[in-house]
Amino acid sequence: MELHEHDRIIINQLQGGFPLCADPWHELENTLNIPAEEIISRIERMKTEGYLSRFGPMYHAEKMGGGLTLAAMKVDKSRYDEVTDIVNSFSEVAHNYEREHELNMWFVIATESPEQVQQVISEIEKKTDIRVYNMPKKQEFFLNLKFEV
Amino acid sequence: MINERSLISVLQKGLPLVSHPYAEIAKQINSSEDEVLNYIKLMQEKGDIKRFGLVVRHRKLGYKSNAMVVWDITEEKVDALGECFGRFDFVTLSYRRPRHLPDWPYNLFCMIHGKDRDDVKRNLELMIKSCDVAGVNHEILFSTRCFKQRGAIYINCDNDDKNTERAAV
Repeated sequence: MELHEHDRIIINQLQGGFPLCADPWHELENTLNIPAEEIISRIERMKTEGYLSRFGPMYHAEKMGGGLTLAAMKVDKSRYDEVTDIVNSFSEVAHNYEREHELNMWFVIATESPEQVQQVISEIEKKTDIRVYNMPKKQEFFLNLKFEV
Repeated sequence: MINERSLISVLQKGLPLVSHPYAEIAKQINSSEDEVLNYIKLMQEKGDIKRFGLVVRHRKLGYKSNAMVVWDITEEKVDALGECFGRFDFVTLSYRRPRHLPDWPYNLFCMIHGKDRDDVKRNLELMIKSCDVAGVNHEILFSTRCFKQRGAIYINCDNDDKNTERAAV
């Protein structure tokens, strides 16, 4: 299914924000020039078809008191699936990428408190017998999660 | 009083796609529409919510390749280069992270997106030229698979067509 011109407008305009008022759709109707019912149904369809993963807030984990880090491991090819299953069995692991490098497993750990990050890392090391490299953000220069279509 | 935890967890599932979404949330957490609206506003002002809106699947939208490019930059130059890398529209993130010597000498990380690997490499060349970092030790780490915790779905990162999603075993 191709994206319609209205889908593109919705994607490009609604990644950055959404009106905070009782009836946000009718406010959008004026700014996007697309009928409210159509906006809702297009978002629904794009969610179903997998163009959109979510529609809501992106929380700032550290500000809300949580812990967040990027972690990496060197995993032997023969153990990759087994280790993936162990790492992903932790509810604190948000997503996990295989990358082409000696350090070939990269994942995000998000916890309710900062101290728990080290706890999760230690547990993963114990269960897999592989060192986990902890690479938390030290300084943010730029972050943009908007994609133009 | 609004229950912050319930609001956060209900919002995490996404805004209900109904005519009065905040009233619907209020109903779910035994609050009022005004309280919900004010509380979300407050979380935005405090910076607890970075942004509020649609979250796209970039692979599905044609950005099929993503690479983490990591650089070994001296402390004096890291600020300037971190800013420089962040100026390109294909860069979505530019962070300083700790080195782990001797295994891992890299302290500046950025994410580059592109239509395919060649596109990503062209973008990287452009960055190297514009930010004047030819000769600086760096590596490019393409992703080959990614696993999302939620829903236990494996996605092949570089070939985002109908065959690429399979349930985890």
